[in-house]
Amino acid sequence: MRRFLEQRGSGAVADRTFAALMLGCALSIFAIVALILGILILRSRLSLHEFGFKFFLQSDWDPVRGSFGAVPFIWGTLASAFLSLLIAVPLALGVAIFINEMCPRALRAPIAFLTELLAAIPSVVYGLWAIFVLVPIMRRSVGPFLKTFFGWTGLFRGPNFGIGLLTSSIILAIMVLPVISSIARDVMKAVPNTQREGVLALGATRWEMVRIGVLRNARIGIVGAVILGLGRALGETMAVTMVIGNHAAIPKSLFSPAYTLASVIANEFTEATGDLYLSALIEIGLALFLVTIVVNAIARLLVFMVTRGNTARAV
Amino acid sequence: MPHRPSRINVGRRQIANHLFTGLAVLSTILVIAPLFAILVYLLFQGVRSLNVAFFTHLPRPVGEAGGGMANSIAGSGIILSLASLIGIPVGIGAGIYLYEYGGDRPLANMIRFTADVLNGVPSIVMGIAAYSLIVVPQKHFSALAAGVALAIMMVPTVTRTTEEMLATVPNAIREAALGLGIPKWRTVMTVSLKTASPGIITGCMLAFARIAGETAPLLFTAFGNQFWPSSLNEPIAALPLQIFVYAVSPYDEWHRLAWAGALVLIVMIMVSVTLVRVVTGRGMLKGGH
Repeated sequence: MRRFLEQRGSGAVADRTFAALMLGCALSIFAIVALILGILILRSRLSLHEFGFKFFLQSDWDPVRGSFGAVPFIWGTLASAFLSLLIAVPLALGVAIFINEMCPRALRAPIAFLTELLAAIPSVVYGLWAIFVLVPIMRRSVGPFLKTFFGWTGLFRGPNFGIGLLTSSIILAIMVLPVISSIARDVMKAVPNTQREGVLALGATRWEMVRIGVLRNARIGIVGAVILGLGRALGETMAVTMVIGNHAAIPKSLFSPAYTLASVIANEFTEATGDLYLSALIEIGLALFLVTIVVNAIARLLVFMVTRGNTARAV
Repeated sequence: MPHRPSRINVGRRQIANHLFTGLAVLSTILVIAPLFAILVYLLFQGVRSLNVAFFTHLPRPVGEAGGGMANSIAGSGIILSLASLIGIPVGIGAGIYLYEYGGDRPLANMIRFTADVLNGVPSIVMGIAAYSLIVVPQKHFSALAAGVALAIMMVPTVTRTTEEMLATVPNAIREAALGLGIPKWRTVMTVSLKTASPGIITGCMLAFARIAGETAPLLFTAFGNQFWPSSLNEPIAALPLQIFVYAVSPYDEWHRLAWAGALVLIVMIMVSVTLVRVVTGRGMLKGGH
């Protein structure tokens, strides 16, 4: 009896220790975010102090003269991210609709697997492929074609080197596609079947069923998926750095070389001479961190609203 | 007279139906095409450039033929083991807390949300953070800093999949164990965790596959090295890093090595991802039906 009680006692201590340990692991996630934020602010305070908010309004990036402004990078990042979404969103939704609503059951899993394999290819391999395959294609065929037929739009002015905004947006689109389509699929799956059956029972065609029964119910979550893709596109580094041209000026056309927030850090961080230069680069990192956190938070909330809300209703 | 639907309207709806079905098929083809374009080209270039020396030799200076990436492969192995050693236990612990203790409490929900948001933070930011935390105080680049940067990236993925997998364990098993008077921590470790272990291993492998190809966080933590790794406290070579350096170089011989390296890297990742899928019959991220 005594031994039994002693064992119970030690068991209770072990129980509490274990629970505390697991709580510690969970809290470490907060700690990581706080630590990253703290250290980035600490290391960029030189630049924060020197330029203040002007850092994000100034378009002059000249390390030699000690003048740092992030506008060209902000431009490049936003332009490449939005262009890539323009390409990726319709395709990703098409794939998601095809897999979820149209595809024969036997093909579903293989096609889903293939699209998600795209997510498994590392960024640096995309970059390698882009340099040696995509860039020559853009320079020799796609570029001249766009120039002759769509030159009047003014989007395709200037020399076409193959590298630049358009090429990096295409490679970026391939990379964010699996993210958007896999979340969009999750969201569409959360739409209860009664919605589909109801619409079909009214005599709708399959496309009308998808449009009215599925897309309309899942639209908030789909917006969330797109924003999640945006977050990925904003921070993508290696492949973009390898083909965007790395030129710190506001791009004038889709052929112009540009520079993004992430790629300027990748390229110049180890070469940064002087504390101010380094701290300006870390400030760019801080901006990237904050922006992606906000973007991801919004996206997660939207996705959550659809998937959680619907499962509750379906039950 | 009964109302008759106009023929034209039905026709238009049929056309729209066929049109959008066609578009969905077309976009699926357009999405899968680049995957094959990349893999086939990579296989073609990589197989042509691979040889035994690639796996056994150190890199040679420019102009000298031959040489390999043996030290990069070893370096990647070291960095990835270090990252897994730190990231996986923390991630599994956090997952256990979320499912077995946290439940629906506000704190647990906040942790879930933070993990998801952390998952979306660009990898290059992890690189800067590890640089500022470890490289700057130590005053030199190191394998340790690279391992920490990648470990941070593993935590959210491992946490969320662990929680998801624990949720699939039937509560009756837990109750049976607790009913026998087994303390909760033993129940969690030997009953819940053990039952869910295939799924949890899957999650860890996926997190591993995801960080195996990461390059951006290594740029200013591992930094790269031309020699064999000898300590965790010095700059170290890594496969993705070396691929990047060779890819942007102007030399054909180095391009050849970059292709070979990319093939080795991708075979490593694909094999682990496919193995996981075959073994557990689950989708890669949340895929599969």
